[in-house]
Amino acid sequence: MCVAIPGKVIEIMESTAKVDFNGNVVNVSTGLIEPEVGQYVLVHAGCAIEVMEHEKAQELLELFADLDALQ
Amino acid sequence: MEIREVIDYLKSYDGPQLKIMEVCGTHTASIFKAGIRSLISDKIKLISGPGCPVCVTPTAYIDKCIEYASMDGYELMTFGDMMKVPGTSDSLSEAKGRGAANIRLMYSPFEAIEKAEENPDKTYVIAAVGFETTAPAYGLMLQEAKRRGIANIRLVTALKTAIPALHWICQNQDDIDGFICPGHVSVITGSSIYEDLSEEYGKPFVVTGFEAEHILASLYRIVKQIEEGKGQTENLYKNAVKEGGNAKALAVIEDVYESGPAMWRGLGVIEDSGLYLSDEYAMYDGGSRDLFADMELPEGCSCGDVIVGKVNPDQCPMFGTACTPMKPFGPCMVSSEGACGIWYRNVN
Repeated sequence: MCVAIPGKVIEIMESTAKVDFNGNVVNVSTGLIEPEVGQYVLVHAGCAIEVMEHEKAQELLELFADLDALQ
Repeated sequence: MEIREVIDYLKSYDGPQLKIMEVCGTHTASIFKAGIRSLISDKIKLISGPGCPVCVTPTAYIDKCIEYASMDGYELMTFGDMMKVPGTSDSLSEAKGRGAANIRLMYSPFEAIEKAEENPDKTYVIAAVGFETTAPAYGLMLQEAKRRGIANIRLVTALKTAIPALHWICQNQDDIDGFICPGHVSVITGSSIYEDLSEEYGKPFVVTGFEAEHILASLYRIVKQIEEGKGQTENLYKNAVKEGGNAKALAVIEDVYESGPAMWRGLGVIEDSGLYLSDEYAMYDGGSRDLFADMELPEGCSCGDVIVGKVNPDQCPMFGTACTPMKPFGPCMVSSEGACGIWYRNVN
C-alpha cells in the first residue's frame, strides 16, 4: 500500500509533472514538492512525495559512508 | 565500510536472541525478495509488524463501501488491494460478483476530480485507506475539489498513523528489541518523529530504504546499537527522508484532517491513531467516524498474533490450508503486502 516508485521528471506543468518510469510516462501531482526536470522523484498514489537527491548507485555509496560515520 | 563486512557481522552474531520488527509490509516483501534471512544469524529473528493499512481495516468499513457500490447514482473508487478484504458477508470483489457493480479501480485519487466534473449527477466515493504516506494525496485532491466548488465527491476514510501503533506495540509486546521504521511513511513524517519512541522505550528505531543493502545496513545498526547498549533513532534513507519530513504534505494533513480513535483489525481500538476529515472538509465525509465494528477473526486465525510478531505466518494452523491468497480468511493473507500473503507466495 505504501509502495512509492522512483521516476524521472521530464516535463513540468502547472500543478503536475510528466514522470518517466522506464519508458512508461505518467502525469503526477506536484502539490507536495517542487521538482525540476531531470530530477528523480518518489511517486505514490499519483502524487510526487519527495525528490530523490541521488540516483541509486550514488545513494548506496552514501549509505555505507553513513555507516562509517555512525561507528 | 562495505556490504561484505555488514553481512559478516550479521551472520556471525552470537549474542542473546534478538527480535527485530520491520513495521512496513513493503520491507517484508523486500526481505523475502533479497533472501535477507539466509544472510543473517539464526539469533536475529525478523518479524513483520502491522504496517499494511489494508490488512488492519475492519469489516464495518468494507460493509460501508459495499453499501455505496450498491446504490444508484454512486460509484466507489478504490485501490485494487482493497478488493479482497473481507466484510461481514462479502468482500468488494464478491459484492461486485453479486451485482454491486459500481466499483472502479483507481490509480490515483485525483481521477475523482475529472470524473466528478464530467458527471455532476453522480457521486464519487473514494475508499480512502492508508497511512501517512497516502493521506496527503487524498487531502490534496480534496483541497482542489473544494477550490473548484465540486460537491459530488465523498471520502470513506480508514486512514491511520503509524506512531500511535508503534507506542501500542512497545507497550503491549515488550520483547521486540528494535524496529526498522516504515520508509515511505517516514518520507512524510520525517525521521525525527521516532525520537520520542527510542527515548521512551530505549530501543533502536532505524529508518531505511527498500534495497537489500538498505535493509542489511539497518539491521547492522540495530544489532550494533543493542550490543553497545544504545536505543537511538537513526536515518539511513537520507536520499528520500529528511529529519522534518515533507513540510507541504504535513501542512495538507494538518489542514484536511483531525485525529481520533481508530480500529486496527487484530489489535483493537488505538486512541489518536486515525485521521478523519476536519470540520472544514466535513461535507466530503461519507460516514467514516463510526466504522469500528469488526467481525471476530475466524476461529484458528492467528492474524492478531502475526501482526504483533508473536508468531510467524507459517505457525498459524490455517496458513496455506484453510487460508490462502485465493481464499483469505485472515486479513494478513488478503493484501499483497500482508505478512501471510508475502510468506505464502515466497515459501510455496
